[in-house]
Amino acid sequence: MHRIRLPRLAAFLIAPLLLSANAQAQQSLDEKINQAVQPAADWVTGIIFSTIPLGSIDVPFVLVWLVLAATIFTFYFKFINIRAFRHGFQLVRGDYSDPNAAGEVTHFQALSTALSGTVGLGNIAGVAVAVSLGGPGATFWMILAGLLGMSSKFAECTLGVKYRNENPDGTVSGGPMYYLAKGLAEKGPGFAVVGKVLAVMFAVFCIGGAFGGGNMFQANQSFSQLVNVTGGEASWLADKGWLFGLVVASLVGLVIIGGIRGIARVTSKIVPFMGIVYVIAGLIIIFANISAVPEAFSAIISGAFSPEGVAGGFVGVLIVGFQRAAFSNEAGVGSAAIAHSAVQTNRPVTEGFVALYEPFVDTVVVCTITALVIIITGSLDPSVDGVQLTSNAFESAISWFPWVLTLAVVLFAFSTMISWSYYGLKSWTFLFGESKAADITFKLLFLVFVILGSSMQLGAVIGFSDAMIFAMAFPNLLGVYLLLPVVKRELDEYWADLKAGRLKKAEEYGDPEPAE
Amino acid sequence: METVYLVGVDGSNCSSRAVEYVTERALENNGKVLVAHVIEWSPFTFSTPEENEQRHKRREEELERAREQVVGPVVAALQEAGVAAEGMVSHGHVAQTLNRLARKHEVTSIVIGRKGVSRLAQIFGSVASQVVQTVDRPVTVVP
Repeated sequence: MHRIRLPRLAAFLIAPLLLSANAQAQQSLDEKINQAVQPAADWVTGIIFSTIPLGSIDVPFVLVWLVLAATIFTFYFKFINIRAFRHGFQLVRGDYSDPNAAGEVTHFQALSTALSGTVGLGNIAGVAVAVSLGGPGATFWMILAGLLGMSSKFAECTLGVKYRNENPDGTVSGGPMYYLAKGLAEKGPGFAVVGKVLAVMFAVFCIGGAFGGGNMFQANQSFSQLVNVTGGEASWLADKGWLFGLVVASLVGLVIIGGIRGIARVTSKIVPFMGIVYVIAGLIIIFANISAVPEAFSAIISGAFSPEGVAGGFVGVLIVGFQRAAFSNEAGVGSAAIAHSAVQTNRPVTEGFVALYEPFVDTVVVCTITALVIIITGSLDPSVDGVQLTSNAFESAISWFPWVLTLAVVLFAFSTMISWSYYGLKSWTFLFGESKAADITFKLLFLVFVILGSSMQLGAVIGFSDAMIFAMAFPNLLGVYLLLPVVKRELDEYWADLKAGRLKKAEEYGDPEPAE
Repeated sequence: METVYLVGVDGSNCSSRAVEYVTERALENNGKVLVAHVIEWSPFTFSTPEENEQRHKRREEELERAREQVVGPVVAALQEAGVAAEGMVSHGHVAQTLNRLARKHEVTSIVIGRKGVSRLAQIFGSVASQVVQTVDRPVTVVP
């Protein structure tokens, strides 16, 4: 713990993968592929995760970019993350929903869909990485970053709905590629060009992210947890990553190509359930050790400001906490704007309020619970990393929980893959146009990457594709900055209506017109 | 005051018995019949992004199908029998939505059918029993 440097983010992300050592048999092939892509991957990763020196440590620029934007948005919208919190809840609950629009996508559904794309490995593995690198204090900065991230999601999801495409066939698609292209075009011909360029950049990165962080990374991590829980290297599964990949790819294929809604529907019901089981298990452990909670909190607070034995001291902990939060909730990345944009509303800003809950649930609630469990159970052990640390922490209190955790990890990974296959596909069709051929090409490629991700140890490739997710933040946030006045106008009009009581509540709407 | 019946239909046998019954009553009282079909739907379900994208389109299709296949024929048959009838289709929780429609249209009473006697329904409550327990006006359940 004493000589941790933060040179490149990629190192953190890859470390658990390398440690899991599950594919010795394929090493030679892996090495060849690794060597082939290494230079290019390093170059791209190097740019995206290029660092700027801050005191004694280097800070990845993308992190500064994300946190700075979240902070600026928080001030620009006068702490929207706090003042719209209650109203966001009322919207999710349906207090302002038009009963005549029953059957359309509700705020609740848009939020839960977006959440199942973000809640996942970041909450389980990522937090463990943060706490093992930065000590308990990292939790404090993670929570703060989660709170700030709410403002980023507010801005991007408002724009996502505002500039979505309502297609003639009745389908709805939206996301950064649409608001970058359409939103900036409104500002003038010069901006239109910039918007097009940013939109294309975003779409390219999003496809990369969909194959990488939203696919290979998920497949790989869930497989390594499965191997760990079934006996580590001695496990029967240890060298059968390809088999796991094949099974997962078939299931994903059935959903995205076969259109087997049953599987998607089952997953979309089990995933929230697993999330709740995870939170409840965490709370049980916390309450069982309630006497240790004050101590844990004081460790979090004191560790946040005057950490002991953490590289880079105060700044080091801050960076680690911010990093994991940003990676877990994807605020500023733009992916959520795609998921949120199908909601039924005629006031785009309402979905922005609802989106506040995404980083809140993801980071402030779920990540904090994970961190508390790790701290309280005294499982903090710098030699153990990622999912394994969280798994150990839960195991120390509930012996059979690693099995549940494995199921949760696999299901979270599965639903994240389904979500990202959609984000990637939307970007793909944005670039190549809507056609059956484009559609099926993307989906088949996606499945190939599932198998690659779980059967190979391609550190460089995974690091590269993970970099793509964060690369999305550059075009996305640049566009959001330029479109801030649009969001502000929507917000001010709506807020004035809300305060003046001009907004209709659910019971004040008239009934549907007769069908005949 | 005009007697207005709200009859809940779902295209099944039991709902056609309810329709038969309401036709007779309406003819006796010179009443009007609202034919309602509720598509079971909850605002608090979980869905994939793709389902959300398609949702608006699917909703239109569902409404269209219900109008044409479920409500339309019933309304036509009622009108043929000489009863003033009107159809409506809505998404939502069946009992709550019927109640909402009944209030809105100041309905005199609600008529619904009931599927056979099942043990499961006795334990968990059938749609009919939910309607009976939720609604704020007289209900006729046609077995």
